[in-house]
Amino acid sequence: MALNYKWNWGVFFETIPSGDVTYLTWILHGLGWTVAISLCAWVIALALGSIIGTLRTVPHRGIALIGHAWVEFFRNVPILLQLFIWFFVVPELLPRDLSMWVKQDMPAKEFITAVLALGLFTSARVAEQVRAGIQSLSRGQRSAGLALGFTQAQTYRYVLLPMAFRIIIPPLTSEFMNAFKNSGVAYAVGVWELVFVSRQMVEETGGQVIESLIVPTVLYIICSYAANLLMSVIERRSHVPGFIVAK
Amino acid sequence: MIQIQNVSKWYGNFQVLTDCSTHIAKGEVVVVCGPSGSGKSTLIKCVNGLEPVQQGKIIVNGTQVNDPATDLPKLRSHVGMVFQHFELFPHMSIIQNLAIGQTKVLGRSADEAHERGMKLLDRVGIKMHANKFPGELSGGQQQRVAIARALSMDPICMLFDEPTSALDPEMISEVLDVMVDLANEGMTMMVVTHEMGFARKVAHRVVFMDHGQIVEDAPKEDFFGKPHSDRAQQFLSKILNH
Repeated sequence: MALNYKWNWGVFFETIPSGDVTYLTWILHGLGWTVAISLCAWVIALALGSIIGTLRTVPHRGIALIGHAWVEFFRNVPILLQLFIWFFVVPELLPRDLSMWVKQDMPAKEFITAVLALGLFTSARVAEQVRAGIQSLSRGQRSAGLALGFTQAQTYRYVLLPMAFRIIIPPLTSEFMNAFKNSGVAYAVGVWELVFVSRQMVEETGGQVIESLIVPTVLYIICSYAANLLMSVIERRSHVPGFIVAK
Repeated sequence: MIQIQNVSKWYGNFQVLTDCSTHIAKGEVVVVCGPSGSGKSTLIKCVNGLEPVQQGKIIVNGTQVNDPATDLPKLRSHVGMVFQHFELFPHMSIIQNLAIGQTKVLGRSADEAHERGMKLLDRVGIKMHANKFPGELSGGQQQRVAIARALSMDPICMLFDEPTSALDPEMISEVLDVMVDLANEGMTMMVVTHEMGFARKVAHRVVFMDHGQIVEDAPKEDFFGKPHSDRAQQFLSKILNH
């Protein structure tokens, strides 16, 4: 370590130049936005991903193709680029009045754009997991549901999806944690979330780089780990007696 | 009850069924046998429309199965089916497995479905396991539950697709006993199986298939006495030898 680095953990209790709050308050504010983006995006990802992933397994070629196209678009383009497309390109494509409103008057535009971009990006990944979960079940399960007189929709609702979701809890957990980590890209469109605040702090404190980066790092670890814990509680609660999943 | 008329089916260019015709009258028990790959499982899956057919007609209780206008879920709800690998719903308890079809398809109340389910579990000797999950039962027990689940829908006929092929030898008889009782009560049954003892005991007719064709369709006595075709004779001499 460079000898002349001056540690100053007290920096978090100093007030920011432009106002009367401390850097700590600022960081916690950033944490709030990070959590808000991640959770809102996760809700979108889970809902859309479940629908798209299910559609990809429906015995109808046209419907399955729509799901396929969705996944390939949102999975194959970098998240940062997708965010820029939603932020800079999409508003230009809207009808004139709407376009003006989005660009000038839309409240919380940066936040909403970030949630949308991260939610759709993650939905493609969730969709792939849901599809894999459904396809991992024996073909006989679908037949058994249909033979009982269920419609295709009922077969998914009562037979296929309950098991598919149980099976994909481990990869879904990673994806939920990824939602927190990927939310960092929101800084690029100016949401005051953790990454944004820590960069800002590096500049304004005149060199307290390590403190400014370590605290957000620890906060990310705590968030991801909390997501992990929550998912393992769900996994335990939904355990099926006598059913063995390869670990 | 079940009429299969000149049915042919292809997977791509490969023909799996060729001009199959047979029928099963009300109360009749018909055993379908034949070597692996002869198309017997495929044929039985066509009866309730789990597999489409490209030619011919299948009529169950007056309704044509392969007519696009047919309400397949409704038709299937009163045609019971039992699978080789049981296919119980692993995330539901045994009693839930028996109740779900009754409540969601037949619209029975939860209490009514539960009561009917418990009666059937008692009948197949699984009542004490009602609140366990499929993964906690043996294969033979699971298959008996699967039969009870099919019966919970008050079927007009029952289809069995190799119901004992995946079972340990010791468990085969407990499943066959349930099926024999069912046959003796007059249930209409189509059974794909290699259990010739079962066929001798309760079948009215035996259908023998080979290479996607129905080679022999004869009353049980004729089939076991002196089958017409060489292929059926060979088959019988091989499986009855031991």
